[in-house]
Amino acid sequence: MKQKVLLSVNNLKKYYDIPQGLFKEKIIVKAVDDISFTITKGETFALVGESGCGKSTTGRTILKLTEPTGGRIIFDGNDIAALPYKKMRTLRNRMQMVFQDPYASLNPKKTVREILTEPLRVHKKFDHDTRLKKVKSMLEIVGLSEYHLDRYPHEFSGGQRQRIGIARAVILQPDFIIADEPVSALDVSVQSQVINLMLELQKEFELTYLFISHDLSVIQHMTDRVAVMYLGKIVEIAKTEDLFTNPKHPYTKALLSAVPITHPKEKKERIILKGDVPSPANPPSGCTFHPRCPAALDICKTQAPKTSEHGNSHSVSCHLYNKIEEEIPHAISHS
Amino acid sequence: MSANLEKAFHNEPAAKIKSKKESSIYRFFANLFRSWTGTLGFIIILGLLFISIFGPWITPYDPLYADFSKKLLPPMTDGHLLGTDQLGRDILSRIIVGARVSVIIGVLTVVIAGIFGTVVGIISGYFRGWVDVVLMRIVDVQLSFPFILLVLVINAIIGAGLRNIIISLAIGGWVIFARMIRSEVLALREKEFITACVATGVSRFEILFRHILPNLFTPLIILASLQIGTFIIAEASVSFLGFGVQPPEPAWGNMLNEGKDYIFSSWWLITFPGIAIIIAALGVNLFGDWLRDTLDPELKGE
Repeated sequence: MKQKVLLSVNNLKKYYDIPQGLFKEKIIVKAVDDISFTITKGETFALVGESGCGKSTTGRTILKLTEPTGGRIIFDGNDIAALPYKKMRTLRNRMQMVFQDPYASLNPKKTVREILTEPLRVHKKFDHDTRLKKVKSMLEIVGLSEYHLDRYPHEFSGGQRQRIGIARAVILQPDFIIADEPVSALDVSVQSQVINLMLELQKEFELTYLFISHDLSVIQHMTDRVAVMYLGKIVEIAKTEDLFTNPKHPYTKALLSAVPITHPKEKKERIILKGDVPSPANPPSGCTFHPRCPAALDICKTQAPKTSEHGNSHSVSCHLYNKIEEEIPHAISHS
Repeated sequence: MSANLEKAFHNEPAAKIKSKKESSIYRFFANLFRSWTGTLGFIIILGLLFISIFGPWITPYDPLYADFSKKLLPPMTDGHLLGTDQLGRDILSRIIVGARVSVIIGVLTVVIAGIFGTVVGIISGYFRGWVDVVLMRIVDVQLSFPFILLVLVINAIIGAGLRNIIISLAIGGWVIFARMIRSEVLALREKEFITACVATGVSRFEILFRHILPNLFTPLIILASLQIGTFIIAEASVSFLGFGVQPPEPAWGNMLNEGKDYIFSSWWLITFPGIAIIIAALGVNLFGDWLRDTLDPELKGE
């Protein structure tokens, strides 16, 4: 069953220049460095990684909230990277975003009514009465109600605010929503409510999600495919189930081993990585993961690995898998 | 609606629906009366407004009527509560009428300087680039001149009088507004709710007017209320130096100027207008301080 590709990101790059003063050479931070992936219609695609690995930047660049340095972002036939500001604005009714911090992403001076009507007004959808009706029904759908209409964001709890943020994103009935850590600022008990809400909305409105998170249990629960990012690069892409049962990249393995066990009797080998994440301003040579990799080879220090396919749309960027596949995975698990 | 959503819906506490306007006015005064300095400032401002509106009708004497037989009467004599000046004019009446000049100048200069400064600050902060650089260097240059000196220079060029002093004070005062509004806009444009607007597809123009401008209202009110006091004092200084409102028209500044020759023989000529200036500036500042304390936490997100 071949499904329609909604978004394809090709060799996306986002570099930041950091000037160091008049006579010093400026530092280039490669926040997102040459990443590619595709998202098919209706699926939930996750970007996972440590903080600072570039996953949020990727999300923002796809929506052109920051200009990409290079590469192509093709959304349903339109190359977003090359689209001028005004044309991009009209395309925005098909792609929306849910932000991480529900306390910062709602204008404190606007009522819920104004916040939710705005997307409809901006994209000139419906007349005044229909808009209000839409807003009311959207409020109900996200679990709020009509009497919240004239309240200000500070009168709500974090979970309620995030529901408003989600309602704002969904009210235009977009095809695609980027959720940038939508639950990480919330209480654990509220997290599951919000996640379930997002899943229900997905069913109801046939949404496609790009779900950015560092929480592996959330990802396991709600996504179809996962891309693991490390220092601005995607190191592994696989179906969620596949990734959790059969991780290939050493970094993915370390990441998964950090998930707390669910049963006290469960035995789990914890892979502890040496050192810290290197600065993206001065990434290591070759494979950027090599200084911390438990299975690093000599080649890793000099050459960046190529991405290779390993069946079932599972791709890895690691030298270990560029060789004969059988020997080496065995070698890592004992290293 | 599914069971899950239903549950979430019913977890909401039932809310009382209050009239928004009523409750915010009530909260304003409840808050104000909790602070005695704020209340004092508020009362002084109300008094000042009352005097400047109804001044000509409540003066005990004609402020311009000179009676040389009654010149330099000390306070509390012959029906003159605050005494008379060197031309026999009633000082209380002159102070009451002079209040209007101070209020007009204070308010009008703040409005003019505020509007101009805000426009410049917004352009500078929102659009950045070379416009920002040019505008801010102009501001820097102007800030390097002492305020009063600048106002006097402008007055020396365009002449004295009420209208010209408002112009010169506004020219001298807009930079503070520009600076503050720029920094405020710079902070606002990086806020996530502005990014959210961009993501929604709101145009830059609408972001500016619908989202940034309403958030500038609070800092503007605070700065304006504090600046009124500064301008009242500046007007008095300029009038004292002879550039402001011209005699015989009474203004607190030129009353000081006329009275200074009699400072050793008739202290009341200079003392009472001085006290009036202090009270007016103090009242406005007390109220402004209270406003800042009350509104600023709200500014920081909550």
